Amino acid sequence: MTVPLIAQASSIDTGDTAWMLAATALVLMMTVALGLFYAGLVRSKNALNTFMMSVSAIAIAGVMWALIGYSLAFDGTGDLIGGLNYAGLHDVGFTPRDGTTIPHLVFFAFQATFCIITVALISGAVVERMRFGPWMVFAALWSVLVYSVLAHWGFGGGWLMEGGTLDFAGGIAVEMASGFAAFAAAIVVGARKDYGRIGLLPHNSVLVLLGGGLLWFGWFGFNGGSGFGTGDPSVLAFANTLLCPAATLFTWMMLDLIRDKKVTAVGAATAIIAGCVLITPAGGFISPAWSLVLGVLGAIPVYFVIVYRPRTRVDETLDVLAAHGTAGFLGILFIGFVAQQSWNGISDGWFYGNISQLGDQALAAIATPVYAFVMTFVLLKVIGAVMPLRGPEADESVGMDSIYHGEEAYPSGEGAILVTPEDGEEAPVPVAQP
Amino acid sequence: MKLVIGIVRPERANDVLEALYRAQVRGISMTKVQGHGGELDRVETYRGSTVKVEVTDKVRFEIGVSDDFVQPTVEAIRDGARTGEVGDGKIFVVPVEQVVRIRTGETDEAAVTPVGSS
Repeated sequence: MTVPLIAQASSIDTGDTAWMLAATALVLMMTVALGLFYAGLVRSKNALNTFMMSVSAIAIAGVMWALIGYSLAFDGTGDLIGGLNYAGLHDVGFTPRDGTTIPHLVFFAFQATFCIITVALISGAVVERMRFGPWMVFAALWSVLVYSVLAHWGFGGGWLMEGGTLDFAGGIAVEMASGFAAFAAAIVVGARKDYGRIGLLPHNSVLVLLGGGLLWFGWFGFNGGSGFGTGDPSVLAFANTLLCPAATLFTWMMLDLIRDKKVTAVGAATAIIAGCVLITPAGGFISPAWSLVLGVLGAIPVYFVIVYRPRTRVDETLDVLAAHGTAGFLGILFIGFVAQQSWNGISDGWFYGNISQLGDQALAAIATPVYAFVMTFVLLKVIGAVMPLRGPEADESVGMDSIYHGEEAYPSGEGAILVTPEDGEEAPVPVAQP
Repeated sequence: MKLVIGIVRPERANDVLEALYRAQVRGISMTKVQGHGGELDRVETYRGSTVKVEVTDKVRFEIGVSDDFVQPTVEAIRDGARTGEVGDGKIFVVPVEQVVRIRTGETDEAAVTPVGSS
């Protein structure tokens, strides 16, 4: 992020504010797009539950962020954690956020959408089996204990940011955090009962592509808004958000062709997301040409993590570790090689004579996964000690939608008898009783 | 020759397929059907409308077999589909008057004997 730490006497810029208002809405839409993407990837009996895990993140992380998360992330320049001055949105108003030209409230709202989608991302590791209640508890605690801390480290003035690590739009707090948290969550929650026994296939690949496409669309707000205005960093990140995923998508299609002689649609949707993640940390720091290179080079490891992971016992169901953890890791490191001061105005990478930048990037690429993994592991163990993380196996057979939501994604409508309020508990007895 | 019809839970369909495979029963049809087998109704709510859903998704297997294979087929479906809860399904064994394999015109026993077996 490019927020100077010393507050300059800045005033509101209407153009910057207008764009940031739109960008905030774009990023919020990403969480719903992610819900579509995830819902398409699971079996139809779990589609609503999977979607709701993302939607519930808006409710839970959104509120937690306003109450305390934002303050811990963005109040002050403590090494490890921020202060409590902004808790409950105290002192967050129309005056510009220090170092920006947009109202503090807009800055807060923009950052809130990041917290929300990060929490939603983790759900990909535990869909089709985790109970909905513990998920909501986890979402609330994780958004504060992990996201706020890493957001502070990465762009709230914490030790990584102070130490010179460059992270434009959340390679640390969003991508690596969610990816490695997902890895831990998959281990603690355990595999689905049918995992490794029968093929568990996406029920609607059209939703997957639609979700992937809408995520890309929203990502222009995510990366393009992370310069907090309409200046050069935002413009660069915006263009790179087009180029890098396009290069990843192309490379992925080629890899598919080489491996199977067929280009897959679900693979293409995955590639779009991997490409957007690759450019997330680097967006405003590397040249457009290098972002194309990043898209190509980054696609290869991510592709092979996705191919290899299902052969393991770890049922990290929707491959958050590959698409977000691995790609975020690569994006953060890539900055250390090819950052160019002539493009970003801040620092060069190794190829342009500043090898120390690579060290700063490597530090974040090690510290973030460790913190996210360990904290998530412990947090879920603690929650699991208080309430079961999973229901009985029979529930898993029936499907999460019916069990936890009392709805189906695709009800046939046949044989449904309306229960009128007057019936109440005295509703007609079913045709046959067990 | 008999036609064995098994109506089972969709979540057990894969287990049934596996059991049939182990029993060396080849050549099956499956359809998604909806039915009611005495299990408790599901109550679902969509906005203000609360409904009882009286029919449940099931999978219907249809397998034409020679007399020797009737018992193994029935057992495979029974064992594969069983959970012990109400709603596990039913198996019907129905006499068959004639079977024709369309490709070759073979009839009856020959038509239900899988290609490649003696």
